[in-house]
Amino acid sequence: MALLAIDDLHKRYGKEEVLRGVSFELERGETKVIIGPSGTGKSTLLRCINRLTEPDRGKVWLDGVEVTSPRTNIYRVRAQVGFVFQDFNLFTHLTALDNVRLGLIRVKKMGKRDATERAMRELERVGLADKAYAYPAQLSGGQQQRVSIARALAMDPKLILFDEPTSALDPELIGEVLQVMIELAEGGMTMLVVTHEMGFARSVADEIIFMEKGIIVEQGPPEVLFTRPKKPRTAEFLRKITEFYGESG
Amino acid sequence: MAAVDWQNLVQGIPSLLSGLLINLEILFGLIALGFAVGIMIALVQVYSPRPFAALAVGYEWFFRGVPEMVLLMLIYFGLRQFQVRITPFIAAVIALGLRSSAYQSQIFRGAIQAVGRRQMMAALSVGMTRLQAIRHVILPQALRLSIPPWSNEFSSVLKDTTLASAIGVIEVFKKARFIMGRNYALALPIFMVVALFFLFLTYVGNWALGALERRYRIPGFEAKGAGERF
Ligand SMILES: Nc1ncnc2c1ncn2[C@@H]1O[C@H](COP(=O)(O)OP(=O)(O)O)[C@@H](O)[C@H]1O
Ligand SMILES: [Mg+2]
Repeated sequence: MALLAIDDLHKRYGKEEVLRGVSFELERGETKVIIGPSGTGKSTLLRCINRLTEPDRGKVWLDGVEVTSPRTNIYRVRAQVGFVFQDFNLFTHLTALDNVRLGLIRVKKMGKRDATERAMRELERVGLADKAYAYPAQLSGGQQQRVSIARALAMDPKLILFDEPTSALDPELIGEVLQVMIELAEGGMTMLVVTHEMGFARSVADEIIFMEKGIIVEQGPPEVLFTRPKKPRTAEFLRKITEFYGESG
Repeated sequence: MAAVDWQNLVQGIPSLLSGLLINLEILFGLIALGFAVGIMIALVQVYSPRPFAALAVGYEWFFRGVPEMVLLMLIYFGLRQFQVRITPFIAAVIALGLRSSAYQSQIFRGAIQAVGRRQMMAALSVGMTRLQAIRHVILPQALRLSIPPWSNEFSSVLKDTTLASAIGVIEVFKKARFIMGRNYALALPIFMVVALFFLFLTYVGNWALGALERRYRIPGFEAKGAGERF
């Protein structure tokens, strides 16, 4: 059984139907990359997965638990699903260490010492142990994003959702964040990544999902999608995106 | 101008100070009440479903719209009408405190909104409940942002404590009037002393709030400037 199964997800904001029946699955240890033009519903889709946004219709299953069931303890689900935001969203008033530790202490009810130990391990993993006592405003964007990845990792997530994790970064800072993500993928983490970084998609993704206007247009392994996409729209989008962002990253 | 009767002036000061103590007691009472209710009203306005939020807006409208003096009368005499006997002191704390809660709720609401929905979303994403997010993420930031506007409210309610004299609380203003009543030549100097008391308290209060703001300032923010956040 797939770790994550999404079945016919619909979401509407006012008149606009942002998700119009999205279905796919993600196996344990897999990395899938979602690409697509902006305003297409990629962020909405990610937020529907742990119900930060309530979908109107459709089902989400995580590890055999129906996330969308009203009887499911959604807080427990969210603790098992890491979320990395485009603009980091670190807790501004807390040090890097406290950012990583907060969920351990408040949600996992871990003792302070254990939580600190665990948080430090995660900060080390993203190469920021020496910034443990820095506040977000004292860190570069790349460092902030790595702390936010550490915050997600500390919770021992079954799955991490990345919503354009490098889009808010200066070009020279993108690499350090992608490097952490590549290591995670290689370490067997299950990841669903919205990104425009085609280099990352090509080399790391097990599958690429091309979304447009609230539906999946085409999906497949990167070698297939990048070289001989079935739909003309996919080819056109890929051409545009490589012009914009280049191949690197 | 008549010579100041220094001896009587000096003799009156202990009495004034004991009156001022009552003002301070009212001040702490009303601020505590206004703070607690103000935060709740702000949270309801921002986070609760529409009917409750609308009630909170109505509450704020009422307590900001009715003159303080009228509120004092409404609470003091109004409650008596329902056989609820409260001292003028308690009535003053309630009336001025509820009024302040309406102003404070505005401050807190603005601050909570300035902290932003993304912080809430990040907190929820690690599995916190809304209440945990409010307690550990939203309020610690919102309260920091609230300190500067809050010091205006502090100065304002500090002065308002003299209004309690209208329902019979013997505080510093009332005491000053007693002294003046015995000797009209003291009118000017005695009220100058009272004015100095308040100027001093305003100064001390704002200094303490400034120190609090510096103590809890988030490192890194000074350099980048607050404007960047919003
Ligand atoms: N909270 C919201 N309220 C109203 N409309 C929204 C909200 N979030 C997203 N939308 C709309 O939904 C559409 C899809 O947005 P989004 O999921 O952010 O797309 P993407 O991440 O692909 O750029 C956009 O038109 C956006 O304006
Ligand atoms: Mg988006």
